[in-house]
Amino acid sequence: MNVFKDAGHLFRLAAVFVAGLLIFLVIRGFLVPKSFGQLGHYRANAVAEIAARPIKFAGHESCEGCHADVLDKKKNGKHAGVNCEACHGPQAQHADDPTAVKPDKLDTAVLCARCHEANAAKPRNFPQVDTAEHSRGLPCDTCHHPHSPVIVAGGAK
Amino acid sequence: MPGVDGFMYPNEIELQWSVLIVLYPFLTGLVAGAFILASLERVFQVEAVKPTYRLALLTALSFLLVAPLPLQLHLGHPERSYEMYLTPHRTSAMAMFGFVYLWYLMAVLVLEIWLDYRRQIVLLSQSSTGWKRAIYSVMTLGSTNISERALAIDEKAGWLITVIGIPSAFLLHGYVGFIFGSIKANPWWSTPLMPVVFIFSAMVSGIALVMLLYMLITWARRQVIDMKCVDTVARYLFYIFVIDFSLEMLDLIHRIYEADESFRSLDFMVHSKLYLSHIVVQIALGTIAPIALLGLTQVAKLSDIARKRIYAAAGCLTLMGIFAMRWNVVIGGQLFSKSFLGYTTYKMGLVAREGLLMAILLTILPFAILWVLVKVLPPWPEASSGSIPDAEPAR
Repeated sequence: MNVFKDAGHLFRLAAVFVAGLLIFLVIRGFLVPKSFGQLGHYRANAVAEIAARPIKFAGHESCEGCHADVLDKKKNGKHAGVNCEACHGPQAQHADDPTAVKPDKLDTAVLCARCHEANAAKPRNFPQVDTAEHSRGLPCDTCHHPHSPVIVAGGAK
Repeated sequence: MPGVDGFMYPNEIELQWSVLIVLYPFLTGLVAGAFILASLERVFQVEAVKPTYRLALLTALSFLLVAPLPLQLHLGHPERSYEMYLTPHRTSAMAMFGFVYLWYLMAVLVLEIWLDYRRQIVLLSQSSTGWKRAIYSVMTLGSTNISERALAIDEKAGWLITVIGIPSAFLLHGYVGFIFGSIKANPWWSTPLMPVVFIFSAMVSGIALVMLLYMLITWARRQVIDMKCVDTVARYLFYIFVIDFSLEMLDLIHRIYEADESFRSLDFMVHSKLYLSHIVVQIALGTIAPIALLGLTQVAKLSDIARKRIYAAAGCLTLMGIFAMRWNVVIGGQLFSKSFLGYTTYKMGLVAREGLLMAILLTILPFAILWVLVKVLPPWPEASSGSIPDAEPAR
């Protein structure tokens, strides 16, 4: 019995650890979402919440329904494989109500450089230019047509 | 592009792991090393190092409390970090570190310090007044039993915890080496020797730090430095340093002999961008010089004052060398391109979340914590602490 008495402080210490563990489990019970782990190492309800968010991208088929003239220009050019919203941004609201929601006018001096600014890490056959030297700040659509980017005599417009 | 030579992939130009990620293995290494030194006395019965035992434990605790802070500052969302405890991801080595850390902090260090100091805590709870009395009383957990039998039980329990603590200390720092060693995409890091090298370099740095702190604090307290103790600590430092150096050389020779497709690129990096930090600071000044100095004390008969100066110089050089080793691993591993055709430059911020000032602050912080811990739990023999009366042991 004396051993238990003399080791009393160790039992108190063990009690502190057990109390700490219980507090942790209670806190964990409150903080971990109920659906966590049902489908994997994440909150299962997040899937439905994300699915319920408003759709932002219309998809190129929606664009082509009204802008058939652009499709005609694009389909034989180098940008045939580039989706409309890759440059114009998400346009679901515009597709829902084309008259009330108008897409922003794009600044081609900035937009085109995102892909075509020269960088040694890009594949060698990918068209790329040092824009500061190549266009000196001029918008790219001064000379190139964005939907079929070949040099246009007398400018793209 | 300034700072970039040759061909770099776009995501390699800017370093992702900063000086704080250098600091993190440095701090955990000091923890593991200090604890191993403490275990020399407790488990391996090296009585000569007893004066450093408690100081080593408090040093380990101070540095362990600061060790996760560099990681917190590195995280984009530090407020979410506690989630690794709530929803542990068992396949992530980084996530499991949280449990290794918690185990080492709570089940090893705090427990061992509490058991070792319990008699002193009980006596202080009876002799002190005011808020100090309240703190010490809480620390007694309401038990004032410091009978011989109770203290004998503490001794046995403390021994058991140290025995568990040694592999835990190896696990704590071996894990850090494991993180780097298991990144197979990076040839500078990917070697199974990495955890072993990290453990031995941790022991070297922790022992050097406690040796320096012991000499500094004893000098500041105007007490006599126990030369037998310092000589023994320095001898162990020398032995472990030789093993550490041999392992690092083994790794180097293996790399040179294997000479895989990354070798020419890494060899060029070591002779160019990493020359100063790797060849000069880590190997020449931080490894060969302190080993030579410590070796000198083993073979030549030197006066006490000469030995003290040599130990101080060797200790400082060792800490610098081990920090350089962490730097060369973490920063060096990000300076070369995975194409092996280019190199980038690490530009450290000054006043930034992961900048130089923050790194300096995090290096000073453990010493501030140690100062508080030493005030609360004096690590020197009770007779010279001047704070404990000859009270009758309470029942």
